[in-house]
Amino acid sequence: MAEAGTAVKTPHAHDTHHEQSFVSKYIFSTDHKIIGMQYMFTGIVMALIGGYMSYAFRMQLAFPGQSVPGYGVVSQGEYNALVTNHGTIMIFWVAMPMLIAAFGNYLIPLMIGADDMVFPRINRLSYQIFLISALILIASFFVPGGGFGGAWTAYPPLSANAQYNLTPLGATFWLVAVALEFVAFLLGGINFITTLMNSRAPGMKMHDIPMVLWFIVIASVLFMASVGPLIAGAVMLFMDQVIGTGFFDPDRGGDPILWQHLFWFFGHPEVYVVLLPAMGIVAEIICTFSRKKLFNYKLILYTAFATGIISFFVWAHHQFVAGIDPRMANVFTITTLIISIPIAEMLFLYIATLYGGSIRLTTPMLWALSFIAEFLIGGITGIFLGASGSDIYFHDTYFVLAHFHYTFFPIAIIGFFAGITYWFPKIFGKMMNERLGKIHFWGTIISFNLIFIPLFILGAAGQHRRIYNFQNFPDLAGLQDLRVLATSALLVMLVFQAVFLFNFVTSLIKGKPAGKNPWKANTLEWTAESPPPHGNWPELPNCYRGPYEYSVPGRDEDYWPQDVPPDTAPAE
Amino acid sequence: MSMTKPIATTRSATGIPTGKLAVWWVIGSEIVIFGGLLASYILHRIGHPEWAEYASHTNTWFGAANTFVLLTSSLFAVLAHHAAEHGDGKKAAKWLLGTCGGGLLFLCIKAVEWTGEIQHGYTITANGFWQFYYTAAGLHALHVIAGCIIMLIIANEARKNVELHRVELIGIYWHFVDIVWIFLFPLLYIAK
Amino acid sequence: MAEHQSHADDHGQAHYVKIWAVLLVLLILSVLGPIVAPHVAFGFLKAWMITLMTAFGIAVVKAYLVAANFMHLNVEKKYISYLLATMLTLMLLFFAGTAPDVMEHKGQNWENVAAKAEVDQALESQNEAKAHGGDHGEAHH
Repeated sequence: MAEAGTAVKTPHAHDTHHEQSFVSKYIFSTDHKIIGMQYMFTGIVMALIGGYMSYAFRMQLAFPGQSVPGYGVVSQGEYNALVTNHGTIMIFWVAMPMLIAAFGNYLIPLMIGADDMVFPRINRLSYQIFLISALILIASFFVPGGGFGGAWTAYPPLSANAQYNLTPLGATFWLVAVALEFVAFLLGGINFITTLMNSRAPGMKMHDIPMVLWFIVIASVLFMASVGPLIAGAVMLFMDQVIGTGFFDPDRGGDPILWQHLFWFFGHPEVYVVLLPAMGIVAEIICTFSRKKLFNYKLILYTAFATGIISFFVWAHHQFVAGIDPRMANVFTITTLIISIPIAEMLFLYIATLYGGSIRLTTPMLWALSFIAEFLIGGITGIFLGASGSDIYFHDTYFVLAHFHYTFFPIAIIGFFAGITYWFPKIFGKMMNERLGKIHFWGTIISFNLIFIPLFILGAAGQHRRIYNFQNFPDLAGLQDLRVLATSALLVMLVFQAVFLFNFVTSLIKGKPAGKNPWKANTLEWTAESPPPHGNWPELPNCYRGPYEYSVPGRDEDYWPQDVPPDTAPAE
Repeated sequence: MSMTKPIATTRSATGIPTGKLAVWWVIGSEIVIFGGLLASYILHRIGHPEWAEYASHTNTWFGAANTFVLLTSSLFAVLAHHAAEHGDGKKAAKWLLGTCGGGLLFLCIKAVEWTGEIQHGYTITANGFWQFYYTAAGLHALHVIAGCIIMLIIANEARKNVELHRVELIGIYWHFVDIVWIFLFPLLYIAK
Repeated sequence: MAEHQSHADDHGQAHYVKIWAVLLVLLILSVLGPIVAPHVAFGFLKAWMITLMTAFGIAVVKAYLVAANFMHLNVEKKYISYLLATMLTLMLLFFAGTAPDVMEHKGQNWENVAAKAEVDQALESQNEAKAHGGDHGEAHH
């Protein structure tokens, strides 16, 4: 490693003499910050599309058969396509790009004191492939037959046979879009891993790395190690759809259960792929706004590694009632219950971090705290599903749906809002409006709970997933009030997102200038200009301490940035 | 847009240079892709005893010839790396062309083999064995093609003594493609 | 000096050529395996077991030789070997978790009727073909 104290000058700082065109600066950029923003804005657009889909199908559920304003009447086939693509979009084109690609791209070089990712052109290529995958998915809605309606899990034979799914073009477009998205994230993941290992500031040891970066890189590793079998499965499913092979057809020597195993071998680590970055973002925020060190950094890190490893051993809990061997179900129940322990432990460590801290309830802090509370509910309800006995009742009911929204919503939505409200000043150089931020927060959180608590109740009452009209079920028809409540809460939540968009745009235009370090945080990104120029710093910083040296006894300031040399007093 | 390479790439946690680290991670993810496909094949092959008869119609001599071609091309690839290590870009480029030639020969042999098999009615939709046969070998062949293309680009730079370290990197990828075939050969041609 | 250089070069190159020669020998052995196996089978060591051992055992050895010598894993940092070993272990894990459902066609309280029917029907038609096609059956492997 280079000696601490030898500052490295970046050549980019002297590039002011040639102006770049808009196209080369913003469209074909290789700058990690621009690419991060490209991912983020694509993710926001896809989130609006996915949210619109949930609006349409929830309106159908609450007011069956009636024309949905802004959509029309939802037919059975369209209902299937809406729920399928809502799930697919939210996981692959919202959660992953916003949490991993956007924040990962933006933060990794800045937080380790580097000028860019190690492979900037591959970085650009990965975004381009990602964008193409998003366009292919959107195109699938407009082909004859419409979008794929076989659920985001795409089980064959429904997903393999056009005579069953009635959307042959849509099914293939969907599959190709998902496969391309995987390729984009494989490329991106390699960039993240190698950059973190090989580009750190002089003096930054492994345990001086901010936790969010560790979590993003561990997530990338988990993704790379788990997606392979599903890519193989996607190739096989593609062949079944397009060429007419029988990989998943038992009459031709195949097995539909094979697809399920291939899918969930990836699908379970995937939820930790999205969870870890969100938890990382929360870790950064709670330290900054409680002015406290992260409680037991090494334990949290090793726990994250352990969680990642165990996540490969639990996948068939998604298949308890699919006809897997009961002896395997026993094995997977045990491993699934075991994995709840390290996650719970990490949440306890976060609470220990907050304990005794000087809490500032800024908007990012509110989001971070709500993540802990809501994810706790999601995690606890998972235990009923991880135990195969109770899962026999709960599988495929709305209980599952409410469980995974109580996990995915904190991950994708709360995690995103926490991150964007925290780093907006750095990314755009302006402060967001705190009052609007808090209004948006409370409006979103309260309505979120009012959507999904009714769904727990409905699930426990036996309401099945992927049904287009519950009036056809005499035992369930009477619970319509709960469905209307959930849909009404969704409408309220969607309206409140306008507050965020308004805040975002007006802050960009006339927000208060942020300065370099408005939150008085320690990590290296806060030592760059807001927004950082190309190359990030005129001279790359060195690192002298860990990232969470807050409230260190005997010092004037309650924070101690990583790049301040030890002998001198910190600059204001 | 200044395409200057990022400069903060000189530290290394593991002591492994950045490009090589990245290629090994690519290999890692390819292991699970081919691993998933081949594991699926093995599961079915063991569970379906009737596939033994289907598999008996593959031509071991074609398979062995292709194995010989790929092993030799791997030798050329490592000799290219050896030359690059000693700074001889021209020689490295020549060996890389030889490797690429091996890849093309592999593809030609495969084309002849598959033409014969398809004419005999052993198509991809014939039965479970053949669908795996064409899919696995086909995915492998796609990797051979991609490898050849990248290799030509790197050879072109190497003969001007530019970016010589990349000779090793494409070599690592090529050896991996060779190893996949080392396992495909017994799986598809010998286990009958 | 150039002579010394090329001498050292040749030494380096000779090593790789040696490995290649060993690989070719192994290839020949793996092709001979199924031909020779029926003649050396005895007792519980059946012909197909010998074939599989030669075929896959040799494949593992060949892969090791290529990985260690051509990919230079024998001198590379251990980190890479751990990474590769982890990926391979995950594949074994996937196989172990999926085999009871996909490789086996029956288990505790369940039976894969469709698969069983397909296998039975295919074996039956193969036996028929063998019985009727003895005149013009081919002897190729």
